[in-house]
Amino acid sequence: MPDPVSSAAAPVARLIEAFHKLPGIGPKSAQRLTYHVLRVSREEAASLASAITEAKDKVFFCSVCQNITDTDPCAVCGDSQRDHTSICVVAEPLDILSLERTGYRGLYHVLHGVISPMDGVGPEQLRVAQLLARLKGGEVGEVIVATNPTLEGEATAMYIARLLQPLGIRATRLARGLPVGGDLEYADDITLSRALEGRQDI
Amino acid sequence: MPGSRTYSTEAIVLRQRRLGDADKIITFFTPNYGRVEAVAKGVRRTKSRLAGHVEVLSHCNLLLHRGRNLDIVSQAQLLENFRGMREDLSLVSRALYAAELVERFTDRSMDSFPTFTLLVEMLQNLDKRESAPDTVLRYFEMQLLNELGYRPQLDSCAACDKRLLEETNYYSGHAGGALCPACRVDTPISGPLSVNALKMMRLMQRVSLATVGQVAVDAQLRAELERHVRDQINYSLDLEVRSAAFLRDVQRQEQRALATAPPISTSVPG
Repeated sequence: MPDPVSSAAAPVARLIEAFHKLPGIGPKSAQRLTYHVLRVSREEAASLASAITEAKDKVFFCSVCQNITDTDPCAVCGDSQRDHTSICVVAEPLDILSLERTGYRGLYHVLHGVISPMDGVGPEQLRVAQLLARLKGGEVGEVIVATNPTLEGEATAMYIARLLQPLGIRATRLARGLPVGGDLEYADDITLSRALEGRQDI
Repeated sequence: MPGSRTYSTEAIVLRQRRLGDADKIITFFTPNYGRVEAVAKGVRRTKSRLAGHVEVLSHCNLLLHRGRNLDIVSQAQLLENFRGMREDLSLVSRALYAAELVERFTDRSMDSFPTFTLLVEMLQNLDKRESAPDTVLRYFEMQLLNELGYRPQLDSCAACDKRLLEETNYYSGHAGGALCPACRVDTPISGPLSVNALKMMRLMQRVSLATVGQVAVDAQLRAELERHVRDQINYSLDLEVRSAAFLRDVQRQEQRALATAPPISTSVPG
């Protein structure tokens, strides 16, 4: 069976390859996207291309919180209205978007991953040193560790808590419990026992 | 079971990898089917019914559906979550190291029952804090080497086969066991093997974890055992164990903490 990629014209094949490298894009989707791009006007294709290069060129990591930004410090770190005594530590930049929806108005710190020993990701591969450097100023009173409640997320949280202990800064962890709309019948033991421990008066 | 599309099994979760938007590929270790990789659909969603039951290092009951490449997890029920181990970084880092060893050393459809039992025993021991965590890990490594056919030769010299005398000998992962002083010259070694370390390694090959856990091991002996057993593991696996780096990191933290707090004493033999 002839390979559909190699039988296409070389520039087309290259574009299919490029789309295929994107996460979640299989070979069929890559072909569909490619032929879509070939059908649209030159301007539209050029604006897509320039949007990609612009995002790549103008965006970098905030020197304070390590989030992706186009200003340094980023909009969150530079905002004097926000609470500068509280830092919420997250694994990925996308997690900030979720937390912003809750109305949290402190600062953030992005680790860019979690400790995953089997994949060779340890604290040195994360932005942990940058977090410690931020805490030296003495302004920060609380570090909220908001990594995922998975084994790797928990290990990262415990590691950070150990580092903070000698500094005398309060380290907190997001609570665990039942999701809204969830079902007790399917709850696992850890979640359920944590939910019981963290019960509140009604 | 030919013809049957679904099968149920006990399993320990070794590892998870992300797949697509909300799914994960989970590596399980089972008593009868060896290492099994299966897709767990939707486990990255908050309301997933599966997620809490298939966390890494949990012991669960599974109902799996045979797929073309990968099986699919259709139901999961947690048996033991090892919460005591899970919430202590020192214990988790050791358990993860053991999980990586099992993942790297084992294969699909192998006779996995003894290794499965060993892994469960180790996790239970760590969870209940029955013995010093490093002793548990060394015991696990020595028994794993036994199971997989890499049992180190410790009674006679691995090169000249002469009986080892009660003196300082040497250890070599390359030779697959202890070396007498005369044979050490031609073979790469991991270092001198003290009489105590040799006795401890022999003990770990022969008796139960409960018995080995009774032996008090000081910091020097612990470091020596780790060096030799690690050398054998790295040689037999022909790969660096990736979790070892993080484990070292945690051990360094522990040593710093020891400088300020009294140590957790290990039990002395009766």
